[in-house]
Amino acid sequence: MIAELGNISLSAALAMAIIQSVFPILGAAKGNQTWMSLARPTARLQFLFVLIAFMILIYSFLVNDFSIAYVANNSNTLLPWFYRFSAVWGAHEGSLLLWVLILNIWTIAVTFFSRHLPDHFLSRVIGVMGIVSIGFLLFMLFTSNPFERLFPIPTNGADLNPLLQDIGLIIHPPILYMGYVGFSVAFSFAIAALLAGNLDITWARWSRPWTLLAWIFLTLGIALGSWWAYYELGWGGWWFWDPVENASFMPWLIGTALIHSLAATDKRGIFKNWTILLAICAFALSLLGTFLVRSGVLTSVHAFATDPTRGIFILALLAVFIGGSLILYAIRAPSTKSAGSFELLSRETFLLFNSILLLVAMLTVLLGTIYPLIIEALNLGKLSVGAPYFNAVFIPVMTPLVIFLGFGVLTKWKQNNFVTFLRKIRTLLISSLLIGICIGAVFFSDNQLKSIAGIVAALWISFTSLYSLFVKIKDKKDKIIAFKIIPYSFYGMLIAHIGFAVSIIGITITSQHSIDIHQRMKVNDKIEFADYKFHLMDLKTLSGPNYQATEAVVDVIKNGQLITTLRSQKRIYTVRNISMTEAGIDAGFTRDIYISLGEPLNDGAWSIRLYHKPFVRWIWLGAILIAIGGLLAIIDRRYRLDGLLKKTSSNNNEAISTIK
Amino acid sequence: MMRYLFPLVIFAGLTTLFIFGLQNDPRYVPSPLINKAAPEFTLPTLHKPDQNISINELKGKISLINVWASWCAACRIEHPLLNNYTKKYQLNLYGLNYKDKRSHALQWLENLGNPYIESAYDEIGTVGIDYGVYGVPETFILDKKGIIRYKHIGPIDDEQFSRIIMPLITKLKQDQYP
Amino acid sequence: MKIAPKILLIVYFLLSNFVYANDEPVVFQNRDLEERYYLLIEEVRCLVCQNQSLADSNAPLAQDLRNEIFKMIQINKSNTEIMEFLVKRYGDFVLYRPPLKKNTWLLWFGPFLFLIVAFFVTVLIIKKQSGETQVNK
Repeated sequence: MIAELGNISLSAALAMAIIQSVFPILGAAKGNQTWMSLARPTARLQFLFVLIAFMILIYSFLVNDFSIAYVANNSNTLLPWFYRFSAVWGAHEGSLLLWVLILNIWTIAVTFFSRHLPDHFLSRVIGVMGIVSIGFLLFMLFTSNPFERLFPIPTNGADLNPLLQDIGLIIHPPILYMGYVGFSVAFSFAIAALLAGNLDITWARWSRPWTLLAWIFLTLGIALGSWWAYYELGWGGWWFWDPVENASFMPWLIGTALIHSLAATDKRGIFKNWTILLAICAFALSLLGTFLVRSGVLTSVHAFATDPTRGIFILALLAVFIGGSLILYAIRAPSTKSAGSFELLSRETFLLFNSILLLVAMLTVLLGTIYPLIIEALNLGKLSVGAPYFNAVFIPVMTPLVIFLGFGVLTKWKQNNFVTFLRKIRTLLISSLLIGICIGAVFFSDNQLKSIAGIVAALWISFTSLYSLFVKIKDKKDKIIAFKIIPYSFYGMLIAHIGFAVSIIGITITSQHSIDIHQRMKVNDKIEFADYKFHLMDLKTLSGPNYQATEAVVDVIKNGQLITTLRSQKRIYTVRNISMTEAGIDAGFTRDIYISLGEPLNDGAWSIRLYHKPFVRWIWLGAILIAIGGLLAIIDRRYRLDGLLKKTSSNNNEAISTIK
Repeated sequence: MMRYLFPLVIFAGLTTLFIFGLQNDPRYVPSPLINKAAPEFTLPTLHKPDQNISINELKGKISLINVWASWCAACRIEHPLLNNYTKKYQLNLYGLNYKDKRSHALQWLENLGNPYIESAYDEIGTVGIDYGVYGVPETFILDKKGIIRYKHIGPIDDEQFSRIIMPLITKLKQDQYP
Repeated sequence: MKIAPKILLIVYFLLSNFVYANDEPVVFQNRDLEERYYLLIEEVRCLVCQNQSLADSNAPLAQDLRNEIFKMIQINKSNTEIMEFLVKRYGDFVLYRPPLKKNTWLLWFGPFLFLIVAFFVTVLIIKKQSGETQVNK
């Protein structure tokens, strides 16, 4: 009964989505106020229905309703309640429902926080989001219904994939989807502007906070995913260049280009078409990610159980949404004129380089990800493209980006004096190089060149960023006031760029200087490794709610002092008979010690892997800084939504007059 | 106008590629051994540990090598079909018992029937590696000269047997090579 | 019906995790051999896994192949010889670093091609629009 309610709720949501897209968009075209006014109430009703469906699915998991196929396939009475809760989005159907719910959260957020936008514009934005929702609701109802019944009803469920029984899975997908799906807002703003035929800069200003917010979520989502893989997969890797990871990284790269390009469009009225294209591209890549993960065209560690009909459906959605948008773009874009102009040596130049280089980076990842498909489609064989390839080509592609980043923050809008510019970069470049080389030479004895390159890159980014702050305050008499009048968005940029530098340091040092050892150990065995002594104190058998485990207890000793006691488990989840490793990690600012229990060997010994991973935390610390930087940019008074309220009243008139 | 259509063209190209991609099975890895001589091996037979069987025994006739193991769930599904095929048709079906316990394997044949002329016993799986085995069950078709002409990965079903395997064997019997 | 065998394969892959798990650490005479071993197993794909290298997988086949690589290193085979051994049996698919061949030219040179094209296009755009400025002036 309850499952049928879920179905009815989804159908009602679909009906709302149809009204939400048809009438407001037509109304905006015809100037029909009544039709436009349907946008907000229908969007809110749609949200309500999707929320009810979602709640019903949660309820079905919590009460173990195995008459629902999705619950039976992904849960079990032995599964702890919080995993039964997160199992809602643990597989394809439920995660799709989460996708739609999050799309609706973004939509109602727009209905609440964008009331100041002109009616015709807001109607179109909400209408476009409605169209996206229609597509995904149809997809769910026709190919992936989470409420499908199962008969005969099994006495117990098949359990949740043990890999997903973790705190990481409770939070990682919702955050990541907030990012993915959030780009639908930027996309809808861009389409609304195209529909209006008015690529004035106002749309860019309005969509900036939304785009930034989606990008922040995506940044955090990717970082969480990386952190989760690090401790959950049990071999200490944090990025594998797996198709699913690439699927989230590509929209991030374009999202990063987009937020920079939006800034240029907003402030200087340039790159208008380019920004529109990036907004379409970011959402296209989110959809592409959905396709790659759920269609089964590529094999991946984290892919969902797949089915070709789903692939065809998503591909059709992709073709309609993105194909349609690009046709609209081809019609509208030629009539747009850039307002501002700039010299070769200007911030605009470097922002343009920035977004084009990020595009190149994205294309590189895309090429590597789909290359096996290309080759197979052309009947030229079958091959794999993995981490060694990406590591080899991605770094050279990113290098000019890092250099230009420094140039960009040092230049002013419009034009710059070449000599002063040269003088500025000379000192900063030399000091980054010298300090980088010194650090590399003092601290590292092997892989020096690569380590130095990474450190120099990070220093260059930090020094140029800090210098741009120094320039802003050096001539001011009252330094405190000088600091105060600098807008939040500037601090945001500063922190985000330094976050990027911090991540580069983490990535460089971890990749170049991590060491590990694979060891046979019995209770009371001791080994020396990476300046630490590891003492296997105990091997005990434990039983969890739905698994049996062996736990290794290892004391870590340095200079005769106990640093920490690490515990690593080898679990066998009884329902699916799958084994999992729970790593034991001592996290530190400059190093992680990581142990992972392997397999039982003969005569009571076990294989154990020990890892020493310097600066690995910096990778995620950098991501957090980047996100904080983004947040500061959002709360900047100039873009804050209530600030917009006052400001846009005059812009509205402008916008309307240009339409006429 | 053209340069504004550029993104659309790229997008259309990608979409076409994905349509092709959907028709391929990403798990299927074509074997580089096709149309090459079957790798040499000499292994004890499953039933008589002191007797050896080598690749030479398979030469001079069209033969099939089926890689199987008692621990492999998919083999259990394939097995009755193999029994059926060997009854119906004149197939020279050999088994390669892969990384199994001899007692388990013998018990399995006792319970489920033995479709094989002979099974080679590859205890540690080295012959399996030489044959590029990765997804038990696998079936190789060898021509009279001992050249591998086809490899099937995973359990054979009736449709694949009558559509691919039988026609190929008929062709090979008439000395036609694909 | 068509997807049934696929599902069975997956079942096999999962079940097979419990057959003959042997994780005995390998011991080398010197550090160089050990480093070569770890680099090699990082770059070889485990065929039965979803998308993992030999180093990251506990599948029996991955263990067998690791063992095979270990033995070849012991008898002083070069990296090229070891890779050839694997490619002969499983094809280029096992290599995570695709070899530079006709069918991988685009893969290896593509990114640099993108970079060069991007650079020229950008310079062209900037030149064109700063030219317009001067005309306007």
